[in-house]
Amino acid sequence: MDWPAFNLSIKLSLLTVLILLPVGILAGRLLANRHFPGRFLLQSVITLPLVLPPTVLGYYLLVSFNPDHGLGKWLADSFDLHLIFSFDGLVLASVIFNLPFAIQPMQRAFSDIPAEIREAAQCCGLNPWRVLWKIELPLAWPGILMGLVMTFAHTLGEFGLVLMVGGNIPGETQTLAIAIYEKMQLFDQPAASVMALTLLIFSLLTLSLSFWLSACREKRYV
Amino acid sequence: MSKVGISVLLSQQRPIPLQVKLDCKPGELLALTGPSGSGKTTILRAIAGLYQARRGHVECNDEIWQDGKRFLAAHRRHVGLVFQQYALFPHLTVFENIRLALPKQSKSKSYREVMTLLAQVHLTGLEKRYPKQLSGGQKQRVAVARALARKPAVLLLDEPFSAVDQVTRRKLYRELLLLRQSLAIPIILVTHDLEESALLADNIALLHKGEVLQTGTPETLLKRPQTVTIARLMDQQNVFEARVIEQAPNQTILNWHGIVLHAQAQPDWPVDGNVVHWMVPASGILLHRRDRPSRGEKENPLSGRIVEYFETNGQVHIYVSVDQAPLCKLNINVPLHVAQRNRLSLGETISFSILAQHIHLMKS
Repeated sequence: MDWPAFNLSIKLSLLTVLILLPVGILAGRLLANRHFPGRFLLQSVITLPLVLPPTVLGYYLLVSFNPDHGLGKWLADSFDLHLIFSFDGLVLASVIFNLPFAIQPMQRAFSDIPAEIREAAQCCGLNPWRVLWKIELPLAWPGILMGLVMTFAHTLGEFGLVLMVGGNIPGETQTLAIAIYEKMQLFDQPAASVMALTLLIFSLLTLSLSFWLSACREKRYV
Repeated sequence: MSKVGISVLLSQQRPIPLQVKLDCKPGELLALTGPSGSGKTTILRAIAGLYQARRGHVECNDEIWQDGKRFLAAHRRHVGLVFQQYALFPHLTVFENIRLALPKQSKSKSYREVMTLLAQVHLTGLEKRYPKQLSGGQKQRVAVARALARKPAVLLLDEPFSAVDQVTRRKLYRELLLLRQSLAIPIILVTHDLEESALLADNIALLHKGEVLQTGTPETLLKRPQTVTIARLMDQQNVFEARVIEQAPNQTILNWHGIVLHAQAQPDWPVDGNVVHWMVPASGILLHRRDRPSRGEKENPLSGRIVEYFETNGQVHIYVSVDQAPLCKLNINVPLHVAQRNRLSLGETISFSILAQHIHLMKS
Protein backbone atom coordinates (compact mmCIF):
# COMPACT_ATOMS: atom_id res chain seq x y z
CA MET A 1 0.00 0.00 0.00
CA ASP A 2 1.35 3.41 -1.03
CA TRP A 3 0.51 5.40 2.10
CA PRO A 4 1.81 8.81 0.91
CA ALA A 5 -0.45 8.49 -2.16
CA PHE A 6 -3.35 7.38 0.04
CA ASN A 7 -2.82 10.31 2.42
CA LEU A 8 -2.54 12.74 -0.49
CA SER A 9 -5.80 11.41 -1.95
CA ILE A 10 -7.58 11.82 1.38
CA LYS A 11 -6.14 15.33 1.85
CA LEU A 12 -7.19 16.34 -1.68
CA SER A 13 -10.68 14.90 -1.18
CA LEU A 14 -11.17 16.60 2.18
CA LEU A 15 -10.00 19.98 0.92
CA THR A 16 -12.26 19.71 -2.13
CA VAL A 17 -15.20 18.83 0.12
CA LEU A 18 -14.44 21.70 2.50
CA ILE A 19 -14.29 24.24 -0.32
CA LEU A 20 -17.37 22.88 -2.07
CA LEU A 21 -19.52 22.83 1.08
CA PRO A 22 -20.24 26.59 1.19
CA VAL A 23 -20.00 26.92 -2.60
CA GLY A 24 -22.48 24.09 -3.10
CA ILE A 25 -24.94 25.41 -0.50
CA LEU A 26 -24.94 28.94 -1.92
CA ALA A 27 -25.01 27.91 -5.59
CA GLY A 28 -27.50 25.08 -5.01
CA ARG A 29 -29.86 27.37 -3.09
CA LEU A 30 -29.50 30.14 -5.65
CA LEU A 31 -30.26 27.81 -8.57
CA ALA A 32 -33.14 26.19 -6.71
CA ASN A 33 -34.91 29.34 -5.54
CA ARG A 34 -34.08 32.19 -7.86
CA HIS A 35 -34.89 32.80 -11.48
CA PHE A 36 -32.41 35.24 -13.00
CA PRO A 37 -31.07 35.97 -16.47
CA GLY A 38 -28.32 33.52 -17.36
CA ARG A 39 -29.51 30.89 -14.91
CA PHE A 40 -29.53 28.15 -17.53
CA LEU A 41 -26.08 29.18 -18.77
CA LEU A 42 -24.72 29.03 -15.21
CA GLN A 43 -26.32 25.64 -14.71
CA SER A 44 -24.79 24.40 -17.96
CA VAL A 45 -21.31 25.64 -17.01
CA ILE A 46 -21.58 23.90 -13.63
CA THR A 47 -22.75 20.67 -15.27
CA LEU A 48 -20.09 20.75 -18.02
CA PRO A 49 -17.54 18.60 -16.11
CA LEU A 50 -20.09 15.78 -16.08
CA VAL A 51 -20.08 15.47 -19.86
CA LEU A 52 -16.59 16.63 -20.77
CA PRO A 53 -13.73 14.11 -20.79
CA PRO A 54 -11.40 14.96 -17.87
CA THR A 55 -8.58 15.40 -20.35
CA VAL A 56 -10.41 18.25 -22.09
CA LEU A 57 -10.95 20.07 -18.81
CA GLY A 58 -7.35 19.27 -17.85
CA TYR A 59 -6.12 20.68 -21.16
CA TYR A 60 -7.93 24.00 -20.65
CA LEU A 61 -6.72 24.26 -17.07
CA LEU A 62 -3.14 23.59 -18.22
CA VAL A 63 -3.45 26.30 -20.85
CA SER A 64 -5.04 28.75 -18.41
CA PHE A 65 -2.55 28.16 -15.61
CA ASN A 66 0.54 28.28 -17.83
CA PRO A 67 2.85 30.66 -15.90
CA ASP A 68 4.26 32.05 -19.16
CA HIS A 69 1.18 33.99 -20.19
CA GLY A 70 -2.34 35.11 -19.38
CA LEU A 71 -4.02 34.18 -16.13
CA GLY A 72 -1.25 31.79 -15.08
CA LYS A 73 1.38 34.52 -15.52
CA TRP A 74 -0.72 36.99 -13.57
CA LEU A 75 -1.22 34.49 -10.73
CA ALA A 76 2.52 33.68 -10.66
CA ASP A 77 3.62 37.33 -10.79
CA SER A 78 1.02 38.72 -8.38
CA PHE A 79 0.64 35.95 -5.83
CA ASP A 80 3.57 33.63 -6.55
CA LEU A 81 0.95 30.98 -7.23
CA HIS A 82 2.01 28.13 -9.50
CA LEU A 83 -0.90 25.93 -10.31
CA ILE A 84 0.61 23.49 -12.82
CA PHE A 85 2.08 20.27 -11.41
CA SER A 86 1.43 21.45 -7.86
CA PHE A 87 -0.94 20.36 -5.11
CA ASP A 88 -2.65 23.80 -5.10
CA GLY A 89 -3.45 23.42 -8.80
CA LEU A 90 -4.74 19.94 -8.14
CA VAL A 91 -7.14 21.27 -5.47
CA LEU A 92 -8.45 23.99 -7.79
CA ALA A 93 -8.88 21.52 -10.66
CA SER A 94 -10.61 19.09 -8.34
CA VAL A 95 -13.01 21.79 -7.09
CA ILE A 96 -13.93 22.77 -10.66
CA PHE A 97 -14.31 19.16 -11.75
CA ASN A 98 -16.52 18.31 -8.79
CA LEU A 99 -18.88 21.29 -9.05
CA PRO A 100 -21.76 19.24 -10.53
CA PHE A 101 -21.27 16.37 -8.06
CA ALA A 102 -21.57 18.77 -5.12
CA ILE A 103 -24.08 21.31 -6.42
CA GLN A 104 -26.65 19.11 -8.13
CA PRO A 105 -27.70 17.04 -5.08
CA MET A 106 -27.77 20.22 -2.98
CA GLN A 107 -29.84 22.06 -5.60
CA ARG A 108 -32.29 19.16 -5.69
CA ALA A 109 -32.51 19.17 -1.90
CA PHE A 110 -33.30 22.90 -1.80
CA SER A 111 -35.78 22.56 -4.68
CA ASP A 112 -37.63 19.88 -2.74
CA ILE A 113 -38.45 22.33 0.06
CA PRO A 114 -41.87 23.81 -0.78
CA ALA A 115 -41.85 27.59 -1.23
CA GLU A 116 -44.66 27.78 1.35
CA ILE A 117 -42.35 26.40 4.04
CA ARG A 118 -39.86 29.22 3.48
CA GLU A 119 -42.65 31.78 3.39
CA ALA A 120 -44.17 30.38 6.57
CA ALA A 121 -40.78 30.77 8.25
CA GLN A 122 -40.61 34.42 7.13
CA CYS A 123 -44.09 35.00 8.49
CA CYS A 124 -42.89 33.50 11.78
CA GLY A 125 -40.46 36.40 11.97
CA LEU A 126 -37.31 34.59 10.83
CA ASN A 127 -34.85 36.70 8.82
CA PRO A 128 -33.30 35.10 5.69
CA TRP A 129 -30.25 33.75 7.57
CA ARG A 130 -32.41 32.19 10.27
CA VAL A 131 -34.65 30.70 7.58
CA LEU A 132 -31.54 29.10 6.07
CA TRP A 133 -30.18 27.92 9.40
CA LYS A 134 -33.37 26.78 11.14
CA ILE A 135 -35.47 25.53 8.24
CA GLU A 136 -33.64 25.03 4.96
CA LEU A 137 -30.39 23.42 6.13
CA PRO A 138 -32.07 20.87 8.43
CA LEU A 139 -34.46 19.92 5.63
CA ALA A 140 -31.77 19.86 2.94
CA TRP A 141 -28.96 18.28 4.94
CA PRO A 142 -29.28 14.73 3.51
CA GLY A 143 -28.92 16.23 0.02
CA ILE A 144 -26.01 18.37 1.16
CA LEU A 145 -24.33 15.38 2.77
CA MET A 146 -24.93 13.32 -0.34
CA GLY A 147 -23.27 16.02 -2.46
CA LEU A 148 -20.26 16.00 -0.16
CA VAL A 149 -20.03 12.21 -0.09
CA MET A 150 -20.20 12.03 -3.88
CA THR A 151 -17.53 14.73 -4.15
CA PHE A 152 -15.28 12.93 -1.69
CA ALA A 153 -15.61 9.57 -3.44
CA HIS A 154 -15.25 11.05 -6.87
CA THR A 155 -12.11 13.01 -5.96
CA LEU A 156 -10.60 9.92 -4.40
CA GLY A 157 -10.94 8.00 -7.64
CA GLU A 158 -10.21 10.77 -10.19
CA PHE A 159 -7.44 9.89 -12.63
CA GLY A 160 -7.38 11.80 -15.93
CA LEU A 161 -7.61 15.33 -14.62
CA VAL A 162 -5.09 14.68 -11.84
CA LEU A 163 -2.60 13.30 -14.34
CA MET A 164 -3.10 16.22 -16.74
CA VAL A 165 -2.88 19.05 -14.18
CA GLY A 166 -0.72 17.51 -11.47
CA GLY A 167 1.42 15.04 -13.35
CA ASN A 168 2.79 12.20 -11.25
CA ILE A 169 5.03 13.66 -8.57
CA PRO A 170 5.22 11.33 -5.55
CA GLY A 171 4.32 13.12 -2.32
CA GLU A 172 3.17 16.22 -4.22
CA THR A 173 0.58 15.24 -6.83
CA GLN A 174 0.59 11.43 -6.94
CA THR A 175 -2.83 10.23 -5.73
CA LEU A 176 -3.93 6.66 -5.12
CA ALA A 177 -5.48 6.32 -8.58
CA ILE A 178 -2.22 7.45 -10.22
CA ALA A 179 -0.22 5.17 -7.93
CA ILE A 180 -2.32 2.17 -9.08
CA TYR A 181 -1.60 3.09 -12.69
CA GLU A 182 2.13 3.38 -11.92
CA LYS A 183 2.22 0.03 -10.10
CA MET A 184 0.56 -1.66 -13.09
CA GLN A 185 3.13 -0.11 -15.41
CA LEU A 186 5.81 -1.61 -13.17
CA PHE A 187 3.97 -5.01 -13.15
CA ASP A 188 3.54 -4.77 -9.35
CA GLN A 189 0.11 -6.37 -9.41
CA PRO A 190 -0.18 -7.22 -5.67
CA ALA A 191 0.35 -3.57 -4.67
CA ALA A 192 -2.04 -2.37 -7.40
CA SER A 193 -4.74 -4.83 -6.33
CA VAL A 194 -4.55 -3.77 -2.63
CA MET A 195 -4.97 -0.14 -3.59
CA ALA A 196 -7.70 -0.90 -6.14
CA LEU A 197 -9.61 -2.94 -3.56
CA THR A 198 -9.27 -0.07 -1.04
CA LEU A 199 -10.78 2.36 -3.55
CA LEU A 200 -13.52 -0.10 -4.49
CA ILE A 201 -14.61 -0.69 -0.88
CA PHE A 202 -14.41 2.99 -0.06
CA SER A 203 -16.50 3.97 -3.08
CA LEU A 204 -19.08 1.26 -2.35
CA LEU A 205 -19.39 2.40 1.27
CA THR A 206 -19.82 6.05 0.35
CA LEU A 207 -22.48 5.27 -2.27
CA SER A 208 -24.35 3.02 0.18
CA LEU A 209 -24.22 5.83 2.73
CA SER A 210 -25.68 8.26 0.16
CA PHE A 211 -28.59 5.99 -0.71
CA TRP A 212 -29.27 5.20 2.95
CA LEU A 213 -29.39 8.91 3.80
CA SER A 214 -31.76 9.54 0.95
CA ALA A 215 -34.08 6.78 2.17
CA CYS A 216 -33.91 8.09 5.76
CA ARG A 217 -34.98 11.54 4.63
CA GLU A 218 -38.06 10.22 2.85
CA LYS A 219 -38.99 8.07 5.84
CA ARG A 220 -38.64 10.91 8.32
CA TYR A 221 -40.69 13.66 6.76
CA VAL A 222 -43.03 12.18 4.17
CA MET B 1 -56.11 60.62 13.55
CA SER B 2 -54.90 57.20 14.59
CA LYS B 3 -55.76 54.37 12.25
CA VAL B 4 -56.47 51.02 13.84
CA GLY B 5 -56.88 47.86 11.87
CA ILE B 6 -55.47 47.35 8.44
CA SER B 7 -55.97 49.30 5.24
CA VAL B 8 -54.77 47.98 1.91
CA LEU B 9 -54.51 49.77 -1.39
CA LEU B 10 -52.92 47.89 -4.28
CA SER B 11 -52.74 48.86 -7.91
CA GLN B 12 -50.94 47.34 -10.86
CA GLN B 13 -51.65 46.11 -14.37
CA ARG B 14 -48.88 43.52 -14.71
CA PRO B 15 -47.91 40.76 -14.14
CA ILE B 16 -51.20 40.19 -12.32
CA PRO B 17 -53.82 42.94 -12.57
CA LEU B 18 -54.76 44.28 -9.14
CA GLN B 19 -57.12 47.10 -8.20
CA VAL B 20 -57.77 46.66 -4.53
CA LYS B 21 -58.97 48.83 -1.68
CA LEU B 22 -59.69 47.07 1.58
CA ASP B 23 -60.16 48.02 5.20
CA CYS B 24 -60.52 45.65 8.10
CA LYS B 25 -61.01 46.77 11.68
CA PRO B 26 -59.86 44.95 14.83
CA GLY B 27 -62.25 42.12 15.64
CA GLU B 28 -63.69 42.13 12.13
CA LEU B 29 -63.55 39.11 9.84
CA LEU B 30 -63.28 40.10 6.20
CA ALA B 31 -63.62 37.40 3.55
CA LEU B 32 -61.86 37.84 0.21
CA THR B 33 -63.91 35.79 -2.14
CA GLY B 34 -64.15 35.26 -5.85
CA PRO B 35 -63.53 32.66 -8.52
CA SER B 36 -60.18 30.87 -8.97
CA GLY B 37 -57.55 33.19 -10.40
CA SER B 38 -59.25 36.35 -9.18
CA GLY B 39 -56.18 37.37 -7.15
CA LYS B 40 -57.32 36.48 -3.63
CA THR B 41 -54.13 34.75 -2.55
CA THR B 42 -51.95 37.38 -4.24
CA ILE B 43 -53.62 40.07 -2.13
CA LEU B 44 -53.07 38.04 1.02
CA ARG B 45 -49.41 37.56 0.08
CA ALA B 46 -49.06 41.30 -0.56
CA ILE B 47 -50.44 42.01 2.92
CA ALA B 48 -48.04 39.47 4.44
CA GLY B 49 -45.05 40.98 2.61
CA LEU B 50 -44.48 37.92 0.44
CA TYR B 51 -45.44 39.77 -2.74
CA GLN B 52 -44.72 43.35 -3.72
CA ALA B 53 -47.34 45.02 -5.88
CA ARG B 54 -45.97 47.76 -8.14
CA ARG B 55 -48.02 50.43 -6.42
CA GLY B 56 -49.54 50.06 -3.05
CA HIS B 57 -50.12 51.36 0.40
CA VAL B 58 -50.47 48.88 3.24
CA GLU B 59 -50.88 50.30 6.71
CA CYS B 60 -51.60 48.47 9.93
CA ASN B 61 -52.21 50.16 13.28
CA ASP B 62 -50.42 53.33 12.14
CA GLU B 63 -47.41 51.36 10.93
CA ILE B 64 -46.71 51.63 7.22
CA TRP B 65 -45.81 48.27 5.71
CA GLN B 66 -45.73 49.41 2.13
CA ASP B 67 -45.90 52.73 0.35
CA GLY B 68 -44.09 54.39 -2.54
CA LYS B 69 -40.79 54.41 -0.64
CA ARG B 70 -40.68 51.41 1.61
CA PHE B 71 -41.53 47.75 1.58
CA LEU B 72 -41.31 46.01 4.90
CA ALA B 73 -40.12 42.39 4.53
CA ALA B 74 -42.42 39.62 5.72
CA HIS B 75 -40.31 38.83 8.80
CA ARG B 76 -40.63 42.43 10.00
CA ARG B 77 -44.43 42.56 9.74
CA HIS B 78 -46.48 41.22 12.59
CA VAL B 79 -48.61 38.94 10.50
CA GLY B 80 -50.01 35.52 11.30
CA LEU B 81 -50.57 33.56 8.12
CA VAL B 82 -52.28 30.19 7.93
CA PHE B 83 -51.44 28.57 4.60
CA GLN B 84 -53.79 26.47 2.52
CA GLN B 85 -51.65 23.35 3.03
CA TYR B 86 -50.62 24.60 6.53
CA ALA B 87 -46.85 24.71 5.68
CA LEU B 88 -45.82 23.22 9.01
CA PHE B 89 -42.09 22.60 9.37
CA PRO B 90 -41.83 18.83 8.90
CA HIS B 91 -38.57 18.42 10.84
CA LEU B 92 -39.93 20.11 13.97
CA THR B 93 -42.41 18.85 16.52
CA VAL B 94 -45.71 20.61 17.15
CA PHE B 95 -44.10 22.33 20.16
CA GLU B 96 -41.09 23.48 18.14
CA ASN B 97 -43.26 24.66 15.25
CA ILE B 98 -45.09 27.02 17.57
CA ARG B 99 -42.07 28.05 19.64
CA LEU B 100 -40.21 29.14 16.51
CA ALA B 101 -42.77 31.89 15.94
CA LEU B 102 -42.54 33.24 19.49
CA PRO B 103 -40.46 36.32 20.18
CA LYS B 104 -37.09 35.74 21.92
CA GLN B 105 -37.74 35.12 25.61
CA SER B 106 -36.83 32.76 28.44
CA LYS B 107 -37.34 29.03 27.97
CA SER B 108 -39.88 28.77 30.78
CA LYS B 109 -41.96 31.63 29.38
CA SER B 110 -41.82 30.12 25.89
CA TYR B 111 -42.94 26.78 27.29
CA ARG B 112 -45.91 28.36 29.08
CA GLU B 113 -46.95 30.31 26.00
CA VAL B 114 -46.75 27.31 23.68
CA MET B 115 -48.82 25.23 26.11
CA THR B 116 -51.41 28.02 26.41
CA LEU B 117 -51.68 28.25 22.62
CA LEU B 118 -51.98 24.48 22.33
CA ALA B 119 -54.79 24.52 24.89
CA GLN B 120 -56.49 27.32 22.96
CA VAL B 121 -56.61 25.18 19.82
CA HIS B 122 -57.46 22.00 21.75
CA LEU B 123 -54.20 20.19 21.03
CA THR B 124 -52.83 19.66 24.54
CA GLY B 125 -50.89 16.40 24.65
CA LEU B 126 -49.82 16.46 21.01
CA GLU B 127 -46.82 18.75 21.47
CA LYS B 128 -44.24 16.02 20.86
CA ARG B 129 -45.73 14.83 17.59
CA TYR B 130 -44.33 15.61 14.16
CA PRO B 131 -46.63 17.11 11.49
CA LYS B 132 -46.77 13.84 9.56
CA GLN B 133 -48.33 12.21 12.64
CA LEU B 134 -51.27 14.66 12.66
CA SER B 135 -54.63 14.62 10.89
CA GLY B 136 -55.65 17.44 8.55
CA GLY B 137 -57.72 19.16 11.23
CA GLN B 138 -54.93 18.91 13.79
CA LYS B 139 -52.41 20.34 11.32
CA GLN B 140 -54.74 23.23 10.72
CA ARG B 141 -54.99 23.93 14.43
CA VAL B 142 -51.20 23.85 14.81
CA ALA B 143 -50.94 26.30 11.91
CA VAL B 144 -53.42 28.62 13.67
CA ALA B 145 -51.52 28.33 16.98
CA ARG B 146 -48.24 29.09 15.18
CA ALA B 147 -49.81 32.10 13.46
CA LEU B 148 -51.07 33.41 16.81
CA ALA B 149 -47.72 32.80 18.54
CA ARG B 150 -46.28 35.77 16.71
CA LYS B 151 -48.87 38.00 18.43
CA PRO B 152 -49.94 39.22 15.02
CA ALA B 153 -51.42 42.60 14.23
CA VAL B 154 -53.50 40.86 11.57
CA LEU B 155 -54.43 37.22 11.05
CA LEU B 156 -54.51 35.99 7.45
CA LEU B 157 -56.19 32.71 6.53
CA ASP B 158 -55.59 31.36 3.03
CA GLU B 159 -58.35 28.85 2.23
CA PRO B 160 -57.68 27.12 5.54
CA PHE B 161 -60.63 24.77 5.27
CA SER B 162 -60.10 23.52 1.74
CA ALA B 163 -57.90 20.55 2.66
CA VAL B 164 -60.16 18.97 5.28
CA ASP B 165 -63.26 16.83 5.02
CA GLN B 166 -66.78 18.21 5.47
CA VAL B 167 -67.21 17.05 9.06
CA THR B 168 -63.87 18.50 10.19
CA ARG B 169 -64.64 21.68 8.28
CA ARG B 170 -67.86 22.23 10.20
CA LYS B 171 -65.99 21.67 13.46
CA LEU B 172 -63.26 24.11 12.44
CA TYR B 173 -65.82 26.76 11.44
CA ARG B 174 -67.18 26.62 14.95
CA GLU B 175 -63.70 26.83 16.44
CA LEU B 176 -62.82 29.83 14.29
CA LEU B 177 -66.01 31.61 15.30
CA LEU B 178 -65.21 30.96 18.96
CA LEU B 179 -61.56 31.91 18.56
CA ARG B 180 -62.34 35.23 16.91
CA GLN B 181 -64.33 36.30 19.94
CA SER B 182 -61.08 36.33 21.91
CA LEU B 183 -59.04 38.07 19.21
CA ALA B 184 -59.09 41.83 18.92
CA ILE B 185 -57.27 41.91 15.60
CA PRO B 186 -58.44 42.09 11.99
CA ILE B 187 -58.88 38.67 10.38
CA ILE B 188 -58.77 38.30 6.61
CA LEU B 189 -60.01 35.01 5.19
CA VAL B 190 -59.47 33.94 1.60
CA THR B 191 -62.05 31.52 0.27
CA HIS B 192 -63.77 30.75 -2.99
CA ASP B 193 -66.67 29.22 -1.08
CA LEU B 194 -69.56 31.71 -0.96
CA GLU B 195 -71.38 29.73 1.68
CA GLU B 196 -68.27 29.76 3.88
CA SER B 197 -67.87 33.54 3.40
CA ALA B 198 -71.50 34.19 4.27
CA LEU B 199 -71.28 31.95 7.33
CA LEU B 200 -68.07 33.29 8.83
CA ALA B 201 -67.50 36.84 7.63
CA ASP B 202 -68.72 40.19 8.85
CA ASN B 203 -67.89 41.64 5.47
CA ILE B 204 -67.13 40.19 2.09
CA ALA B 205 -64.88 41.73 -0.57
CA LEU B 206 -65.82 40.20 -3.89
CA LEU B 207 -62.94 39.91 -6.33
CA HIS B 208 -62.94 39.41 -10.06
CA LYS B 209 -59.82 39.57 -12.25
CA GLY B 210 -57.83 41.25 -9.49
CA GLU B 211 -60.40 43.95 -8.82
CA VAL B 212 -62.58 44.37 -5.75
CA LEU B 213 -66.03 44.71 -7.27
CA GLN B 214 -67.99 45.29 -4.07
CA THR B 215 -67.42 45.15 -0.34
CA GLY B 216 -70.24 44.75 2.12
CA THR B 217 -72.01 42.47 4.51
CA PRO B 218 -72.89 39.00 3.21
CA GLU B 219 -76.53 40.05 3.06
CA THR B 220 -75.73 43.15 1.02
CA LEU B 221 -73.74 41.18 -1.51
CA LEU B 222 -76.32 38.43 -1.75
CA LYS B 223 -79.41 40.63 -1.89
CA ARG B 224 -78.20 43.97 -3.18
CA PRO B 225 -75.30 43.41 -5.58
CA GLN B 226 -74.32 46.57 -7.44
CA THR B 227 -73.95 44.97 -10.87
CA VAL B 228 -75.09 41.94 -12.83
CA THR B 229 -71.53 40.57 -12.76
CA ILE B 230 -71.53 40.70 -8.96
CA ALA B 231 -74.94 39.00 -8.84
CA ARG B 232 -73.68 36.22 -11.09
CA LEU B 233 -70.44 35.83 -9.10
CA MET B 234 -72.58 35.58 -5.96
CA ASP B 235 -74.34 32.68 -7.69
CA GLN B 236 -77.67 34.47 -8.05
CA GLN B 237 -79.81 32.55 -10.53
CA ASN B 238 -82.74 34.92 -10.91
CA VAL B 239 -81.27 37.79 -12.88
CA PHE B 240 -83.43 39.25 -15.64
CA GLU B 241 -84.01 42.30 -17.82
CA ALA B 242 -87.00 44.65 -17.52
CA ARG B 243 -88.00 48.29 -18.01
CA VAL B 244 -88.96 50.79 -15.32
CA ILE B 245 -92.43 52.02 -16.21
CA GLU B 246 -93.33 54.03 -13.14
CA GLN B 247 -91.80 55.48 -10.00
CA ALA B 248 -94.69 55.46 -7.51
CA PRO B 249 -94.27 57.03 -4.03
CA ASN B 250 -93.47 53.75 -2.28
CA GLN B 251 -92.59 51.46 -5.10
CA THR B 252 -90.88 51.09 -8.44
CA ILE B 253 -92.95 49.40 -11.12
CA LEU B 254 -91.32 47.25 -13.78
CA ASN B 255 -92.41 45.72 -17.02
CA TRP B 256 -90.89 42.27 -17.30
CA HIS B 257 -91.78 40.70 -20.64
CA GLY B 258 -95.30 42.10 -20.35
CA ILE B 259 -95.64 41.23 -16.68
CA VAL B 260 -96.05 44.16 -14.30
CA LEU B 261 -93.87 43.74 -11.23
CA HIS B 262 -94.10 45.89 -8.14
CA ALA B 263 -90.72 46.33 -6.48
CA GLN B 264 -89.58 48.13 -3.35
CA ALA B 265 -88.96 51.82 -4.06
CA GLN B 266 -85.68 52.39 -5.91
CA PRO B 267 -86.12 56.00 -7.04
CA ASP B 268 -82.66 56.35 -8.60
CA TRP B 269 -83.79 54.47 -11.68
CA PRO B 270 -85.39 56.80 -14.26
CA VAL B 271 -88.52 55.98 -16.23
CA ASP B 272 -86.75 56.34 -19.59
CA GLY B 273 -87.68 53.13 -21.37
CA ASN B 274 -84.14 51.76 -21.09
CA VAL B 275 -83.53 48.15 -20.22
CA VAL B 276 -82.47 47.57 -16.61
CA HIS B 277 -81.45 44.40 -14.79
CA TRP B 278 -83.23 43.11 -11.75
CA MET B 279 -82.78 40.14 -9.51
CA VAL B 280 -84.56 38.30 -6.78
CA PRO B 281 -82.83 35.80 -4.49
CA ALA B 282 -84.39 32.36 -4.36
CA SER B 283 -85.43 33.18 -0.79
CA GLY B 284 -87.46 36.15 -2.11
CA ILE B 285 -89.93 33.96 -3.94
CA LEU B 286 -92.89 32.71 -1.95
CA LEU B 287 -94.55 29.45 -2.93
CA HIS B 288 -98.34 29.52 -2.66
CA ARG B 289 -99.87 26.69 -0.65
CA ARG B 290 -102.41 24.61 -2.52
CA ASP B 291 -104.72 24.04 0.45
CA ARG B 292 -105.09 27.59 1.78
CA PRO B 293 -104.07 31.16 0.93
CA SER B 294 -100.52 32.14 1.89
CA ARG B 295 -99.36 35.37 3.41
CA GLY B 296 -98.19 37.74 0.70
CA GLU B 297 -99.68 35.80 -2.17
CA LYS B 298 -101.21 38.91 -3.69
CA GLU B 299 -97.74 40.37 -4.16
CA ASN B 300 -96.60 39.91 -7.79
CA PRO B 301 -98.54 36.65 -8.18
CA LEU B 302 -97.29 34.39 -10.96
CA SER B 303 -97.68 30.80 -12.06
CA GLY B 304 -95.50 28.37 -13.94
CA ARG B 305 -94.53 24.79 -14.69
CA ILE B 306 -91.69 23.00 -12.91
CA VAL B 307 -89.06 22.19 -15.55
CA GLU B 308 -86.21 21.14 -13.25
CA TYR B 309 -86.42 19.53 -9.83
CA PHE B 310 -83.64 18.20 -7.61
CA GLU B 311 -82.99 17.67 -3.93
CA THR B 312 -79.78 18.33 -2.00
CA ASN B 313 -79.19 18.24 1.71
CA GLY B 314 -82.83 18.63 2.78
CA GLN B 315 -83.50 21.41 0.28
CA VAL B 316 -85.43 21.21 -2.97
CA HIS B 317 -84.23 23.34 -5.87
CA ILE B 318 -86.76 23.89 -8.61
CA TYR B 319 -86.75 25.85 -11.83
CA VAL B 320 -90.08 27.15 -13.02
CA SER B 321 -90.94 28.25 -16.53
CA VAL B 322 -93.18 31.29 -15.97
CA ASP B 323 -96.54 30.98 -17.76
CA GLN B 324 -96.66 34.67 -18.64
CA ALA B 325 -93.02 34.59 -19.95
CA PRO B 326 -92.16 30.98 -20.82
CA LEU B 327 -88.55 31.72 -21.77
CA CYS B 328 -87.81 32.97 -18.25
CA LYS B 329 -86.90 30.34 -15.70
CA LEU B 330 -87.09 31.23 -12.04
CA ASN B 331 -85.15 29.37 -9.37
CA ILE B 332 -87.06 28.64 -6.16
CA ASN B 333 -85.63 26.82 -3.14
CA VAL B 334 -87.87 25.28 -0.52
CA PRO B 335 -87.27 22.83 2.34
CA LEU B 336 -87.95 19.21 1.43
CA HIS B 337 -90.97 18.94 3.73
CA VAL B 338 -92.59 21.97 2.05
CA ALA B 339 -92.02 20.39 -1.37
CA GLN B 340 -93.57 17.13 -0.16
CA ARG B 341 -96.56 18.82 1.49
CA ASN B 342 -97.28 20.78 -1.71
CA ARG B 343 -96.69 17.67 -3.85
CA LEU B 344 -94.11 19.43 -6.02
CA SER B 345 -92.75 17.37 -8.88
CA LEU B 346 -91.45 17.75 -12.40
CA GLY B 347 -94.12 19.05 -14.79
CA GLU B 348 -96.45 20.28 -12.01
CA THR B 349 -97.92 23.76 -12.30
CA ILE B 350 -97.43 25.94 -9.26
CA SER B 351 -98.24 29.51 -8.26
CA PHE B 352 -95.93 31.80 -6.37
CA SER B 353 -95.20 35.42 -5.53
CA ILE B 354 -92.08 37.47 -6.12
CA LEU B 355 -91.82 39.54 -2.96
CA ALA B 356 -91.53 43.24 -3.79
CA GLN B 357 -89.01 43.95 -1.05
CA HIS B 358 -86.59 41.42 -2.56
CA ILE B 359 -86.63 42.80 -6.10
CA HIS B 360 -83.39 44.64 -6.61
CA LEU B 361 -82.36 46.72 -9.62
CA MET B 362 -78.76 46.67 -10.82
CA LYS B 363 -76.40 48.19 -13.33
CA SER B 364 -75.44 46.05 -16.30
